[in-house]
Amino acid sequence: MSSAITDLGHHHAHDEPKGLARWLTTTNHKDIGILYMLFGLTMFLLGGVFAELIRVQLIHPANHLVTPEVYNQIITLHGLVMVFGALMPVTAGFANYLIPMMIGAPDMALPRLNNWGFWLLPPAAIVLVLPFILKLFGIGNGPVDTGWTMYAPLSVQGGLGVDFAIFAIFLLGASSLMASINIVVTIFNLRAPGMALMKMPLFVWSWLMTSFLLIAVFPALIAGSAMLLADRHFGTHFFSAAGGGDPVLWEHLFWFFGHPEVYILLFPTAGILSQILPTFARKPIFGYRAQVYSYWAIAALSVVVWAHHMFTSGMPVAGQLYFMYSTMLISVPLAILFFCWLATIWKGSLTFETPMLFALGYIVLFGIGGLTGLVLADAVADQQYHNSFFLVAHFHYALFGGPIMGVIAGVYYWLPKITGRMYSERLGKLHFWLTMIGFNITFMSQFFLGVAGMPRRIPDYALQFAPLNLVSSLGAFLLGAAQLILVYNIARAWAGYGQPATSQVWEGAHGLEFTLPSPPPHHTFDEQPVIA
Amino acid sequence: MLISGAAQAHNPFEFQTPVTPIARETLYVHDLFLTIIAVLFSIGFGFLIFSLIRYRRGRGHAPATFTAPRTPLQWALSALPILTLIFIDYVVMGIPAYHAVLSLANTRDDAGLVIKVTGSQWRWHYEYPDQGISFVSNLSTPASERDSGAPTDPNYLLEVDKPLVLPVGEKVRVLLTSTDVIHAWWIPSFGIKQDAVPGFLRETWVKIDKPGIYRGQCAELCGVGHAYMPIVVEAKSQDDFKRWVADAQTSAAQAAAVTTLSKEDLLKRGQQTYTTYCALCHQPTGLGLPGTFPPIATGKPFAAPPAMTDLLAQRGFFKDGKIVEGSVDRHIQIVLKGIPGTPMPAFDGQLSDADIAGVITFERNSFGNQTGDVVQPSTVKAARGK
Repeated sequence: MSSAITDLGHHHAHDEPKGLARWLTTTNHKDIGILYMLFGLTMFLLGGVFAELIRVQLIHPANHLVTPEVYNQIITLHGLVMVFGALMPVTAGFANYLIPMMIGAPDMALPRLNNWGFWLLPPAAIVLVLPFILKLFGIGNGPVDTGWTMYAPLSVQGGLGVDFAIFAIFLLGASSLMASINIVVTIFNLRAPGMALMKMPLFVWSWLMTSFLLIAVFPALIAGSAMLLADRHFGTHFFSAAGGGDPVLWEHLFWFFGHPEVYILLFPTAGILSQILPTFARKPIFGYRAQVYSYWAIAALSVVVWAHHMFTSGMPVAGQLYFMYSTMLISVPLAILFFCWLATIWKGSLTFETPMLFALGYIVLFGIGGLTGLVLADAVADQQYHNSFFLVAHFHYALFGGPIMGVIAGVYYWLPKITGRMYSERLGKLHFWLTMIGFNITFMSQFFLGVAGMPRRIPDYALQFAPLNLVSSLGAFLLGAAQLILVYNIARAWAGYGQPATSQVWEGAHGLEFTLPSPPPHHTFDEQPVIA
Repeated sequence: MLISGAAQAHNPFEFQTPVTPIARETLYVHDLFLTIIAVLFSIGFGFLIFSLIRYRRGRGHAPATFTAPRTPLQWALSALPILTLIFIDYVVMGIPAYHAVLSLANTRDDAGLVIKVTGSQWRWHYEYPDQGISFVSNLSTPASERDSGAPTDPNYLLEVDKPLVLPVGEKVRVLLTSTDVIHAWWIPSFGIKQDAVPGFLRETWVKIDKPGIYRGQCAELCGVGHAYMPIVVEAKSQDDFKRWVADAQTSAAQAAAVTTLSKEDLLKRGQQTYTTYCALCHQPTGLGLPGTFPPIATGKPFAAPPAMTDLLAQRGFFKDGKIVEGSVDRHIQIVLKGIPGTPMPAFDGQLSDADIAGVITFERNSFGNQTGDVVQPSTVKAARGK
């Protein structure tokens, strides 16, 4: 029995199918990690196209690029595709590729579940976007058009696109839960001897917290979606006052998932940051324990603050005060993370390769997202910010400035490890500067639009908002175009161009994955490493 | 005398000029907080930039090895920013926020006037229960301006046919609800944004300082017309407000007295009503949108789920995949009561007898429909409550 298990890896390597069958049937954590990342990149480009369409529509008032109906569909899909299609899969890809190597495990603990978890994603994406195509054949009126928050009763009233979105959420939820359970089981059971929990790389810690959060909150969204489906087709009244229900119940269910979701996107990239900063500062992580405890605190707090998204929905005074003060409390562990990041750089020996630039950009942009979040926590002032462009700007600073900058930093950091080739440093730096400039032009102007009183999710607007919208659109075009450099840099390394990468890749890199060749062999750690 | 808040030259960091106590309080908090977070950001950013310059490898700086504070002084310096933040959260921000929450929630004390605001896709319905006044407020920007591609009206998309009229210097209690989906009533100059939730009453309050016209918009995505349901409030002095109430009561009584109109008047009134209330869904062409909004023009095919076409067929307006002309009585009932289970709303609370008579007459004699039917306000009046 035991010999069969030790031999398994070798036999497997010889019988591996080739071509498409390899990718469809793979149970290898690196293959699945790459699939996740490529899927995430594809969805990032699709979501980006939707974003550019939004900004083209808003470039001047009374634009008729798309009808209001199609506009609502585009903003909804932009949100759903970016959150569920791009960011969650790409961070799951990092987890799959890196966690086994970082903790000295041969693979994920549940490899077949891993394969299934990934292959639920492409059908989910297709289901989400399919109504666009069906509409061309005269079936239905297009995809979900309720905003990614899918508030009832608008989502009860909507067309068949809402049903497709509900089924996409079911698939995405199943996929996320499988991936999360797999990661938790792997981290708890497959660590190499000596890899104590408090010695794990922070990226592994960050994903452990992400997995716990996903397991805790995704069921709320799935349950809410099932109730929505029942309200739409089976005559229930969960969200209808006429039958004794309450539309605001949907908001609670959605945000019980939706607020932790922000940290689900954020954690993995906070972990990536704590791998990258020490490498390019050539200095150990500052406050390892403080960061781990902050992760715990953020994860715990994130599930008890959800209704700060609902201050205008009509909440009792006690509710407003509780959700306001508990939300402010989250700023404390986040501030500790920022402090640790800055202290890691402090008195280091810094160089500024592309991953480091994106990591520093993360600190700046996410810092702005976090600080403006502090203002939004004020339940009364929130009446001016809520559902205005101020809110849009805030969460793009939080979600692009944090997670997407972190993912790009991670891509540049581990791309040489994954492909065995260095990317073009010159183009990487160009990508960074264009992204920073484009992003700030796009979203800084939206802070001002919100303060001036422009609501979000409108396809046309009053003339006083015209100049800033033009600026924002031009910034968005630059930001979008800059991301093509990323695609080129990835494709270039993938195709085998560029300098060969050493196993350590970066002078200051530490960690088990940098003891392996670049690219690492298909199966790693035939002999279990021992951590001193 | 009428000052538009938006037209004034304005500090881009500040909200529209506040004219209520809540809006002033909110602006104070906003200014204070923008300042505080600008300072916090500058400190953090300053440290970052300093390290990037001072500790770059090009200067030959040897990396330190510390991983945590070591001396009591270092611990104190590490704790300082965190404690400062807690102080800012719970004292500098927390205390004014506490008072603001209580003040906003106190809608009843000293409230003089009560108004009820009802959101519908895609217009606002205003009611003064004690004065017996009620009317609907619609976007008045003409479709031609929206289609022109280059609007010039300074109040483009922020103008309505009938603004909400409120007195200055008096606390007005605002009750909100909705007939269909969630809307949000937002007027930046008032610092008020309150969701209107169908089936529930929400409340807020305003006390306006000075006469003027104040504009806002719906702030919760409510479907395809979300951008087209602005809010305009005309604030009048107490005396002007009393005069306005008297006028509104008189003209409401006159409108209710109308029982018969000529066919031309009905068609004219009907066309206006159709453009304002029906065209967003059923389209200015009367051809509707496949799958959701049926055509008004008879003989046109309508592809939609059976759940919807069955409801139309039951009422005699759908047969063999096409829209057909149903009876006048059923037509009146659909407009009055809506079709539950579809987006078609009930208009009995929104439109007068004459408007409903006009729009049905118009629909039955336009878009290629040639029934010749003329429906009088008295018929509609009799049909109400059936």
